[in-house]
This record gives sequence, C-alpha cells and structure tokens, in this order.
Amino acid sequence: MIDNLYMPYLMRIERITYEAPGVKTFMLKFVNEVDQDKFSYKAGQFGEYSVYGVGESTFCIASSPTRKGYIECTFRQTGKVTNALSDCEEGSIIGFRGPYGNVFPIDEWKGKSLLFIAGGIALPPMRCVIWNALDMRDNFKDVTIIYGARSVKDLVYKEELKDWELRKDVKLVTTVDPGGESPDWKGEIGFVPTIVEKIAPSSKDTVAIVCGPPVMIKYTFPVLAKLGFADENIYTTLENRMKCGFGKCGRCNVGKVYVCKDGPVFTLAQLKELPDEY
Amino acid sequence: MNIDKRLVRKDSLEKLFDILKQNSKTIYAPFLKNGKTSFRDAGSFAGISTGYIQTSESSKDIAFPRAEKILDYSKSKEGMSVKGTDPENLPDVILWGVRPCDAIGIGELSSIFNWDYKDEIYNNRLSKVTVFGFSCNKSDEYCFCTSVGGNPGNTAGSDILFTLLGEGGDYLAEIITEKGLAVVGLAQNLFEKSDISGKEKFLAEVSVKFNHEDIRLKLDKFFESKQWIEESLRCLGCGACAYVCPTCACFDIQDEAHGKKGSRVRCWDSCGFSHFTLHTSGHNPRNVQSARWRQRIMHKFSYMPERLSVYGCTGCGRCSRACPVDMNILEHLISIQEVTV
Repeated sequence: MIDNLYMPYLMRIERITYEAPGVKTFMLKFVNEVDQDKFSYKAGQFGEYSVYGVGESTFCIASSPTRKGYIECTFRQTGKVTNALSDCEEGSIIGFRGPYGNVFPIDEWKGKSLLFIAGGIALPPMRCVIWNALDMRDNFKDVTIIYGARSVKDLVYKEELKDWELRKDVKLVTTVDPGGESPDWKGEIGFVPTIVEKIAPSSKDTVAIVCGPPVMIKYTFPVLAKLGFADENIYTTLENRMKCGFGKCGRCNVGKVYVCKDGPVFTLAQLKELPDEY
Repeated sequence: MNIDKRLVRKDSLEKLFDILKQNSKTIYAPFLKNGKTSFRDAGSFAGISTGYIQTSESSKDIAFPRAEKILDYSKSKEGMSVKGTDPENLPDVILWGVRPCDAIGIGELSSIFNWDYKDEIYNNRLSKVTVFGFSCNKSDEYCFCTSVGGNPGNTAGSDILFTLLGEGGDYLAEIITEKGLAVVGLAQNLFEKSDISGKEKFLAEVSVKFNHEDIRLKLDKFFESKQWIEESLRCLGCGACAYVCPTCACFDIQDEAHGKKGSRVRCWDSCGFSHFTLHTSGHNPRNVQSARWRQRIMHKFSYMPERLSVYGCTGCGRCSRACPVDMNILEHLISIQEVTV
C-alpha cells in the first residue's frame, strides 16, 4: 500500500455533549488502538472530521493534549457536514485526519500571565490551550478568561465555565450581548471588547490569546493596544476554508501564507504583514 | 545523466509505437476530434495528431486525474470498512506528443504535491509515466514559453524529446533521463547514433514578451492595484483557465455515496470560482472576482516562486485560448511589467 495522506483514522463517538443551540461536543476515541498509540498533537492544531458519504469539515482539536486517550471537537451545525455530524449518535463511527497546522507556543509562555479572550463558538479552539495551561498551572502567573456570547444560552462549555468560576487560580469573566441576558444572569452585559476595556487586564508579562468572530477580533485588538499589549504578545487562530489541511488544495492561503501550514496560530504582528484576505 | 542524441527515422516512429505496445505500454497520444486535440489511449499509430500547436487540454491528468478516488467505504451492521485507493494495477504509460511547455509543467505540479507533505497518490501515478516530448516547430500569438524560462525545444520534464528535423520527417531524439533510456533499450535499432547538432533552426520562434523576475518583484507591491479590477471586469468565473492549465493543482474533496457504499474523490477545482474560499458562515475572504483573478496571478508569479522556487506558469497560453471572454494572461502580465510601482 502506498502512503495515503487523505486516509482518515476511524473514530468512535464515545460521548456527545449538548453545548448550546446547534452546538455539540464529540468525545472521540480511536477504533484501532495502534492509531491511538502513534497519535500525538499539540494545542492549536486542527483536523478534518468526516461523515462517510457526506464529506469532511475542518475544526480545531478542542481537548487538551494533556488529557490522553481521546480527542474532542466542538462544532456548530451550519453546513452539510456539520448537519450530518449532528445527526450521528454515540457509538457512531466517523473519520478524522490530523493533526495539522502549527501550535500555540505554550512552553515559551512559561513564567507569564495568560489572558484568554473568546467570543461565541470560538471558545473551543482556545479551550485546548486553557486546559493545557491549567494542567501545568504552576508554570504561569495569572490566568484570566474573558468569554462572551450573544445570549446566555449561546455560551458553550457551561459546566467548565462553572469549574473555572470556582477555581481560585483562574479569573473568569463571562458576558452576554445587551439583550442576551436571562433574569438570573450574574455575569457582565456588554460586547467583549467593551468588557475587556472595563476589566482592563494588565499587559505586564502577559500574553493575550484572542479568538472570536471577525468583528469581535477587529474591535478587541485596539483595546489590547491601548492596554499596552505588544503585537508580538497577541495570538489568534485563523479559520479559512480548507480541503486537504496540508498545503496542497490551494484555498486557505492568505497571500503567500498557508493557514493550514504556517498557521492556524498567528501573532497580531504576523497578521499585520498579511493582505486582508481572511 | 548526460543527454544522448540519436536519430529516429521518419518511418521508425510507428515501429517504436508498435514495439512499445508489444511491451504492454499504454500510450496516451493526441488525437483531433471536433476541432480539439486531446490526449487519449492510442490503440494504433494511425491518427495520432502531429500538426497541433498545442493540445486543447494539458496532459496533467495523467498524474493528477480530474477525479481521483482516494478511498472507498462501506457501512454494515458489523461496522465501517474503509479502504484506501489501490494503485497496484496502474499501467506503464507513455505520454506521447507532449509539448515542452506541458512537460516542464509536470515539475511545477510535482513541487506542489511534494513540498512538505508528500502526496504519494500523485507520485505513484507519475512514477509510471514516461514523457515523450515533441519540440514545437510552430507557435501562435498566445505562446510565451520564452518569457517564463522555457523554450520550444526545452528538454526539462521530458524523458525523451523528439525534434522534427525539417521536411524530411526524421527526428532528433534527445534521451534525457533513465526512464527515457529504458525505452530506448526496448528498441535500440530505431535510435541511430548520430552527430546531429543545431536543432534550434527547426524550432518555432517565440519572442520574449516580458521578464518573469521583473513581474515577481513588481507583484510584491502590486496587491492593492486597481489593475486587478480593470483586468477582471469581464471574468465570468467559469474556471476554464484552471481546467486547461498544466500547473493548476487546486482541488476539492467530495464524497460520492451510493446507498451504504461510496467513495471519497479528489477533483479539480479553481480559485476563480466564487465558492472556492466561501466559509459556511457566509464570509468570503475573496469575495469579488478581481480578488480571485489576483490570486490566480499572484499564486503563479509570486507565491509559488517564493514558497516553491518555481513559477506556476509555463507560457503555454491555453488559458487565453480557452477563455470565453478573451481575457489574455499575456496582455495582463505585459501591462504589469509596464506599470511603474
């Protein structure tokens, strides 16, 4: 047999968690143990998840590499493949190719404070980094998570938000867009950039990791600049449409940069060098 | 290896064809049908086209088929079975009659499929192919191989390059690679030792229209130019340019389901299509045709040279010939060269 780059691993859906309207998390385990044994990845990488007969879809690996024996992905039901995935039940077999792409340089961040800023369905790509950092918590100073969604019901990982809320070594700030609050909502009300400005986390020895819808990112970067964050200390992860995941199919590039190979993780300093095609 | 020059007599070409057939080679050669010259499996020597300037489509599908099955799956009560493509039974292929601008394109295609991750499905197909290039003795106004580092008698990419030596009908055969040598080994007596030199006088004249290095440097500062909009206003986004291009490699991956069985297929795509980069959310990073036309030119003349050290254009001119609205890549490249940036 020749080496087939496009051949997915067979994965069994061990557990399905309902996160928010249209949003689910799959816990996936390798059907073949040998695949599990040789598989490894780092926070920030992504994969191609497939329903046989429907197609492949690209998402990050949402679980931390410090948690062994499984991977997780969280997706919103939007297109053909995510709808087919959403129809799958626990025990179903799906395909997974990966890991692809570069990683968040967590080891370089040791000794610093971490500021996570996420909006909506963009918490999943950050969740792997958050748990990766929390599983080696002693290596970092302050850990702050600012997370917002359109409404209370749109917040994902509700159980984990509770965990982070209770932890003394994590500062969690949750917010919902004005009008999205419920009667018993105790978090902030306001758009993510506004809340970042209000909380005003220190930029001293701090790395900011930002992920969210384009408009949130656009308005968050200037706030971080005002707080004194250098472009080199602001990280994000890009999404572009992909098919192969390994630099051949030709659609995820932004200028000469392949999101699938050179990214998906970029610093703001790197983004500023790129044309506006993402 | 050093290029070995031999003489192949006019009537030896057919004998060569027959010997290759006897040796179980599959021969893909150009045939004229309905005004188009296309490569197809040649049953016999008779009817193989010779007078074409350029085949209507490139020969890239010999290693990069329009639709390549990459796996088969079947679902049953017992579970899921998935089997990767089985390339064991690929025939040995002689690609006969390829112009030098297509032959050199194979190398450009290979660099896409082999930078970083190696695409062994592509490599395996290519390993079975022996390329018989045929030099050009005529050209048209669309040809510009000499502006992108090629020429009508370029040996790059061919395993054997045949050059017609005038009206006598004999050919100079340049044996370029070990693969070429292996074919000669099957028909030693047809490749006569010879001291022919000066094939240039038998080649088409293709004047240099622009300097590709100049274009590459200019493109670095050209991203925001209004020229992209002006040049692409009439672009229909039909993708014909990518379809006929010898180096366009962008592809899609689609599943084909038939009940509980099906296949996953890698198929040609084009950066000219509006949905090529469209996100599920509705956001499209290249949301206008001018951005897509710019991607096509930038990819070939800026990104590929920088990332892969090759240009993504061989100057074959097919995209201009195929364009239904007469967009001409050569005219656009010349206009970029003329701009002061």
